[in-house]
Amino acid sequence: MLKMTGIGKSFQGVRVLSGVDLEAAAGEVHAVVGENGAGKSTLMKILAGVHSPDEGTIEIDGRPVTFGHPIEAQRSGVAIIHQEFNLLPERTVAQNVFLGREPGRWGLVDRAAMESATAELLHSLGEETFGPGDLVRRLSVAQQQVVEIAKALSLNARIVVMDEPTAALAEHEVGLLYALVRRLTARGITVLYISHRLREVFELADRITVLKDGSRVATEAAAGLDTAALVRLMVGRELDAHFPARAGGPPGEVVLSVRGGGNARLRDIDLEVRAGEIVGLAGLQGSGRTELAKALFGAEPFTTGEMRPRRPRSAREGIAAGIGLVTEDRKAEGLLLGQRVRDNALLVARATGGGRPAVEKLLERVRLSPPRPELEVRTLSGGNQQKVVLAKWMTVAPRVLLFDEPTRGVDVGAKAAIHDLMRELARDGTGILMISSELPELIGMSDRVIVLRDGRIAGELPAGATEEAVMHLAAAS
Amino acid sequence: MKRALPIFVVLAGLLVAIAVANPYFLEPPSLLAFVKRAAPLVILAAGQYFVIVSGEFDLSVGSLVTAEVVIAARLIDGSAAATWPVLALLIVLGPLVGLVNGTVTTVLRVPSFITTLAMLLILSGAVFLWTGGAPRGALSPQFRELGRGGLGPVPWSALILLAAAAAAIWVMRSGYGHRLIAAGDNDRAAALSGVHVARVRTVAFMVSGLSAAIAAILLGGFAGVSAQVGQGLEFQAITAVVLGGVALGGGRGSVVAAMAGAFTLEALFTLLNLYGISGALEPAVQGVIIIAAVALGAVSLPRRKAAAA
Repeated sequence: MLKMTGIGKSFQGVRVLSGVDLEAAAGEVHAVVGENGAGKSTLMKILAGVHSPDEGTIEIDGRPVTFGHPIEAQRSGVAIIHQEFNLLPERTVAQNVFLGREPGRWGLVDRAAMESATAELLHSLGEETFGPGDLVRRLSVAQQQVVEIAKALSLNARIVVMDEPTAALAEHEVGLLYALVRRLTARGITVLYISHRLREVFELADRITVLKDGSRVATEAAAGLDTAALVRLMVGRELDAHFPARAGGPPGEVVLSVRGGGNARLRDIDLEVRAGEIVGLAGLQGSGRTELAKALFGAEPFTTGEMRPRRPRSAREGIAAGIGLVTEDRKAEGLLLGQRVRDNALLVARATGGGRPAVEKLLERVRLSPPRPELEVRTLSGGNQQKVVLAKWMTVAPRVLLFDEPTRGVDVGAKAAIHDLMRELARDGTGILMISSELPELIGMSDRVIVLRDGRIAGELPAGATEEAVMHLAAAS
Repeated sequence: MKRALPIFVVLAGLLVAIAVANPYFLEPPSLLAFVKRAAPLVILAAGQYFVIVSGEFDLSVGSLVTAEVVIAARLIDGSAAATWPVLALLIVLGPLVGLVNGTVTTVLRVPSFITTLAMLLILSGAVFLWTGGAPRGALSPQFRELGRGGLGPVPWSALILLAAAAAAIWVMRSGYGHRLIAAGDNDRAAALSGVHVARVRTVAFMVSGLSAAIAAILLGGFAGVSAQVGQGLEFQAITAVVLGGVALGGGRGSVVAAMAGAFTLEALFTLLNLYGISGALEPAVQGVIIIAAVALGAVSLPRRKAAAA
């Protein structure tokens, strides 16, 4: 079906891919994994006609193809579902699916035909929660993903590339995505699945191709691998202890407490964070996890309830009260992408007049690699960007640090470094509250887990709780 | 600084071209005369830089210059005694207009493009109403000295420009300057990191207003009183800033480059003049420059992204 042979590509003299082979059969789910910078995105962009390869050939159904433009790839049946969707929020589902290819009659758009064709596509994908006439803006992330896939199908795509499809999904939506992928393969469509989440890879993939530093390390049947072996292939070393050990000792004094906290999205929040502990915060998408972090920080403040040391009414007050927030979306809310590492690391200190910290030392401490303060932040990998965000908060040594999805879109190596740092901070007496959609991470890191449901605290679980226990609390009605 | 380099090359090229057409240009007196002529625009460009780098626009400065000159003429009315109090009033009035611009933009969340466009209309309407079309009164010789005279051979405007440039550079290196650029790069991230974005931006509008006040004092002395004295200056200032490589939308570029952009624009006008090209062409030239500078900036952006991927 698909055969890419000897693909090589350089950007401005830097070799990004060399001699990569990739083969996938009809109806196969083929996972492509590797650390950030391994060349996954570039390989997929070559397949989609965004970049043209310097070397190598692409064959589809035994016929060699060359793509000078994404449209040509689309015509050959290749569709990419990007991490960020290309949908128009103010248009309907049907208008998005047929964007630029609206069926016409006498020069007018044949809306009825468009909507019935879309309805058929949605039905074939088993989608019943929304219809062709709904506005995309009103759909959840998972539903928008379905729209993207429907669009791909309407283009007669036979190869669908999914780039980190679960990054923005809540845990319970991931199962829906699995079902969707299986529907695609049942139609004989080839799915290339790119993900950092190895559990998904094992759940879905028939075969796995591992890239490292622009070369193919291995292509193996998924059944013949386990997580440890796959991680070893990806990073070239064994990450056997997935999470750094807990500190052990009893937690310290209470550094943050809320009684009866509430606002438009949250109700009756009672919560305590002690010095030196890591409190996990679990919950489905929309349960109010991010809202709670922002309320504690002051960016979207509580309107009722008592909070100690005080109830912040703005981010500035939160910082003054010794609270820091590592936001979920680091590009939109965490970083000045056009500025240097140094200016980003000093941002909070400068904003609050917090002295002149030694940036170089700090960058070493957060394990930025390379630790170069003069680089522009936009040129860094996701993992390094997140380390810069950490450095930014460490300049003011907050008593409480709130982490919202701290390892999203971060490669395996940087993930481990961030986990180490969180433990280190806790050991030094920082109280930590951590949100993560990845339950193994949340459970592995937390001293206790608080579960949110519909803006309220549904319950609390001790260290080492099972994923099932967390999910039960999060999803029970 | 790397990004600022091209504008200095262009400026040097233009100065050489002027010198070729007019060998006397590089002699101190005529060079100083050039600086004197350019000073109001360079100061306005420095003020405009603060607003643009914070991610906003200030279209009101041209009208503000006119309003200040007209007010000064009417209040001074040739009296030496009134000169200093009126100067003080002008210096206060400029930032006050900036404060209104900034507050409307940040608190009422009216886009600055609209806020300052409205301020432009309000000020020019007020001036028209107050003067009935022809400004009354006169500036005192003491007032005009600042724009015309000098300390020995060095014009006052060159010294004032030097002081303003030094102050602008110092402010941009201070904590405030860093917060300003942070707000322009990503105001959400800046706010969540503790930057008081509204205050930082409002101060930028006040700096722009102050620069308009200083430019008005120099221009009133240099060019005299008219109801058109500040016309089009807002666009000249924006063109100069853009020419200096400062990104519209904020977060990128240096104040030195913005000021160099103003010198470049003035040099270009001088050159056109030397070759006998009508001054009426100046707006057209400006239009071409602004499109070219922004287009070139836009072209270089995707490359930057590709390098990052």
